[in-house]
Amino acid sequence: MKPVQRVYLREVASGLVLTARHFFANMGRHLAHALGRTEARGAVTIQYPEERRPYAPRLRSLHRLVRREDGSPRCVACMMCETVCPAHCIYIVAGEHPNPDIEKVCTEFTIDLGKCVFCGYCVEACPEDAIRMDTGILEFSSYSRGGMIYTKEMLLSLEPAGPDGKPRSPVPIPADRAP
Amino acid sequence: MTDVGIAVGRVLFVMLFVLNLGGLLTWVERKQSAIMQDRIGANRASILGLRLWGLFHPLADAIKMLTKEEFYPARADRVLFGLAPFVSVFCALVAFASIPFGDTLAVAGREVPLQALTFNVGLLYVFAMLSLGVYGVMMAGWSSANNYALLGGQRAAALMITAEVAIGASIVGVVMVYGSLNMMDIVRAQGAVLGGWLPKWGILTQPLAFVLFLTAGIAATKRIPFDMPEGESEIIGYFVEYSGMKFGLFVMADLLETVVIAGMTVSLFLGGWQVPYLARDGFALPWGAAVALPRGLVTLLQVLAFMAKVAAMIWVLMLIRWTLPRFRYDQAMRLGWLGLFPLSIANIVLTGGALLLWGPR
Repeated sequence: MKPVQRVYLREVASGLVLTARHFFANMGRHLAHALGRTEARGAVTIQYPEERRPYAPRLRSLHRLVRREDGSPRCVACMMCETVCPAHCIYIVAGEHPNPDIEKVCTEFTIDLGKCVFCGYCVEACPEDAIRMDTGILEFSSYSRGGMIYTKEMLLSLEPAGPDGKPRSPVPIPADRAP
Repeated sequence: MTDVGIAVGRVLFVMLFVLNLGGLLTWVERKQSAIMQDRIGANRASILGLRLWGLFHPLADAIKMLTKEEFYPARADRVLFGLAPFVSVFCALVAFASIPFGDTLAVAGREVPLQALTFNVGLLYVFAMLSLGVYGVMMAGWSSANNYALLGGQRAAALMITAEVAIGASIVGVVMVYGSLNMMDIVRAQGAVLGGWLPKWGILTQPLAFVLFLTAGIAATKRIPFDMPEGESEIIGYFVEYSGMKFGLFVMADLLETVVIAGMTVSLFLGGWQVPYLARDGFALPWGAAVALPRGLVTLLQVLAFMAKVAAMIWVLMLIRWTLPRFRYDQAMRLGWLGLFPLSIANIVLTGGALLLWGPR
């Protein structure tokens, strides 16, 4: 340590100048903002529940089940996703489809989000493009383990996120959090 | 009767000023640190949708503190444990009493000094009350029956002695220059002008003492960079065992001490309630021009000047608090005993020499 640093005074003064410069620059921008110059932002804060940072299109968010033209799920209950899932969080029950061209359909499709590790292997494995992770929804907390279990109907009702990454469907409220 | 009224008025003004400023400082602290760090700061507390830049957060804090559980550790000394935060806050609160916030005011045919307590040794009184505040901290540390709290209390005691010695020694220079221990006289003497245009403020006559006093004063408030008594990342400090409003009172005491240190710095070094070139009957500017002002307006200007200076000083103290990292315990001790104390002694000698050469006979 140089003697001039040992005296502290110069170093303290330079630190104070730095923080004071930040203070006045930000304060000036806050004032400009208050006076109507809305492009001036005095802080990098994103006020989260009202404002969201744009999400990347590749973001793996809450799963959804894709529908066919007629609204039935694309899923043919091939069990690929259930097999590939490293967390064993997908449960599928297969059933008959009225259309004879379609061999099977899922009667139950349940994801336990309490176990899911969001690896995206289910999306990769699916031959029918029936499951995607593009809803942009990240808020699916719950007070109980049961509240983390998402059924076929819940997953089918979700919409893909908009082009800016913002979710277009409302965040599903688990049963144990119903208002 | 009028005497009692005047006395009550003086005391109430100072008490409400200091108390409200202390409460407001929790907001100032949050917002100023946020703006310095490119953030927004707490802004969610609202009354009927009205947010006012988070001004309701001190209120929300107070409600939270008051409704929290008051916890007493099983082996704590219940009397001292309960008393400690009040001692801390009381000493910080009464310390401001002899700091003048204006010149005399003519009320009902009397000349009332604008100061809660007119005292010939006012400077020593502020100083004494500031030191007494550490008793609350030590009581808290000892009565908590917690080793970390005890360690915090001991550190606070050591730090306070270090800081008080430096403060005391650095003040001596100011007392020598202005020739009084009465805060009012010291501020009045700073109204003189040096060489025809320079106000004779303490920061100009005693620049070294200003730096030393400010450093030691920050140490006396036990806040960062001198917060080893608390040291939230190492020992939680003397208030580990405190919860609810008792904990809030300790935080409040630190903020009140900040106000006191700001008031003291302003009174001793920044001219107190003096507005440059403003005499009792109006402005007398150095180039000969004069603007006559009524007496009441002059007093109002002086009180406003004092408040503005205190606010500016608090801003500087907050800036320091949010800029510097914490000193290690041994570093603070070394700074106090090997840095501040010898320098303040040197300042006394230098001041004595200067007064001998150029001072009044």
